[in-house]
Amino acid sequence: MVFSNRIDRLGTALTVLGAGAIFWMPLVVHKANRIAAGQNRSLAWFLESGPGLALLIVLLIAASAATFKIAPRFRFAAASLLILSLPLTLGMIATQLVQGSPAARVSIGGSFWVLLTFALLMMADALVRVKLTIARRLMVFGGFSVCFIAFFASGWLNDLSVMREFAGRSDQFWREAAQHVRLSLGSLAIALVLGLPLGVFCALVPRVRAAVLQTLSLIQTIPSIALFGLLMLPLTYLATHVPLAAELGIRGIGATPALIALVLYALLPVVANTVVGLEGVTPTVRDAAFGMGLSARQVLFKVDLPLALPVILTGIRIVLVQSIGMVTIAGLIGGGGFGAFVFQGINQTATDLVLLGAIPTVVLAFTAAVLLDAIVDITRSSAP
Amino acid sequence: MKGGALLFRAVLAGCLGVLILAPELFIGLFRWLNRPDAPPIYPYDSLLWLTVSHLGLVLIATSAGAIVAIAAAIFVTRPSGAEFLPLSRVLTNTGQTFPPVAVLALAVPAVGFGVAPTLIALFLYGLLPIFENSVAGLQRVPEQITEAADGMGMTAGQRLRKVDLPLALPLIVEGIKIAMVINIGTATIGSTVAAKGLGEVIIAGLLSDNMAFILHGGLIVGLMAVLFYDLMGYFENFLKRRLGLTGSGD
Repeated sequence: MVFSNRIDRLGTALTVLGAGAIFWMPLVVHKANRIAAGQNRSLAWFLESGPGLALLIVLLIAASAATFKIAPRFRFAAASLLILSLPLTLGMIATQLVQGSPAARVSIGGSFWVLLTFALLMMADALVRVKLTIARRLMVFGGFSVCFIAFFASGWLNDLSVMREFAGRSDQFWREAAQHVRLSLGSLAIALVLGLPLGVFCALVPRVRAAVLQTLSLIQTIPSIALFGLLMLPLTYLATHVPLAAELGIRGIGATPALIALVLYALLPVVANTVVGLEGVTPTVRDAAFGMGLSARQVLFKVDLPLALPVILTGIRIVLVQSIGMVTIAGLIGGGGFGAFVFQGINQTATDLVLLGAIPTVVLAFTAAVLLDAIVDITRSSAP
Repeated sequence: MKGGALLFRAVLAGCLGVLILAPELFIGLFRWLNRPDAPPIYPYDSLLWLTVSHLGLVLIATSAGAIVAIAAAIFVTRPSGAEFLPLSRVLTNTGQTFPPVAVLALAVPAVGFGVAPTLIALFLYGLLPIFENSVAGLQRVPEQITEAADGMGMTAGQRLRKVDLPLALPLIVEGIKIAMVINIGTATIGSTVAAKGLGEVIIAGLLSDNMAFILHGGLIVGLMAVLFYDLMGYFENFLKRRLGLTGSGD
């Protein structure tokens, strides 16, 4: 059976499922206005127009690249083509459908998301197989970022309903974006200031270690809404009874409880990874450093911490991805961030508003993950 | 030390029981926290029912997630599924960048408000840690042991059932523990899409500025998660000790 050896099982599965999605799920949902009933339109409906046909051709290329066993770089190219074509053709289809009407809405349908997911899977699979160097990986990521920023800035996608929601709220969007980044990076910074010394202390004094790590992992098990809520109580008390606290902007609701909760959640990965990283330093290295006449302090800063850096950075990656996701919940207690759009969208049953909050959150978390993975790999490979 | 820790847990469990079954005992505290005209105890639904529904959602979704995740982990660690392993790693890694709220909210247009979107989100979030841990557990079975099993004439199926899975069990249970704890939290957020659960009490408190509701709901959910985590940890250690994997001394 020569033929079956040339068929890729994963790719075939994706192709069959993707074809099913194209038939059974809408590519877009078209509404005459925001509250009118939506009409589902699958790809078949657009085949007589240029963009629809172009998308079909790209899909066929991607399907054949996925089904047959070919070199990963070709598969990567086909997947990239599909990933870039999907938003481009969708933007053009939306422009055709709305025909200049400012009230008409074209929402993204299910088959778009399925196809995008499959294209990303195919690309991830190809990238795993070619084992890119750090620099190449960053270049791929940078290339896609530039393309998507260009799509976004060029106005090509402006007739999609998500972008219409954005256009109506662009001031608020950037404000929430800044708040989202501020809360995630701010909580990380505070957690590092508190967690690194605590981690060093735990590594030096084994008796404290178990107690500290157990307490921190118990804190992590408390659901975020519950912790936000529980923190509001003492903060409200402070704000109403201590004038100085109120002047400092501490209030029971809003960003303060969110920030404190995020710091509490962030402490476990920071402390635990610092401990693990420091314990991983080989005793002979440390002995050699002492033998060279370094003081305990110098050994810590010049030997232990630099050697533990990759593990500590892995902890920072966990914290950042976790915090970016968790900040969305702060939207529920008036802390701002992209969660504000998500919860507003849930209340109004407006999917596009949910997407306006969800897409940037995922993009932000993914970017943080890619960049920090690269930094971890760089410190690993350059470790003495 | 051991007795003290046990007593502490018993006190926590007792508090949890009172907060769910007889919250009237704390009514003085709740009333003190609130404006005089606000209700001190959540009046719209019984807390017992909300707790049962909350835990029910978590158990159903996590069990379904565990079955799928363990099956997938077995598949990718067999020779026939090995080509899927690298990709599945990437998937579990990337999956964690999706915030639970977003998954919940985006499931709503597909399946409507209520229990369904919550179950979907809980199922998906349960998959990741269980799959990750199961793969790690199945891969970590020492080669000498698998070779010995093969040498005894075991078939692949026998080896899986009698050797690989029992040895991987502690890690799989750890994965289920992590999934449960994450899901108790995500089910709380499920109340924003109208699933019955304890989040309802907290959110009602947030919306009506009722501190008693927030404290009450927050304490029940928090205590439940912590005690669950603790209990599963015991089970995990018990399994490890039975297998002689660690000499955990506590």
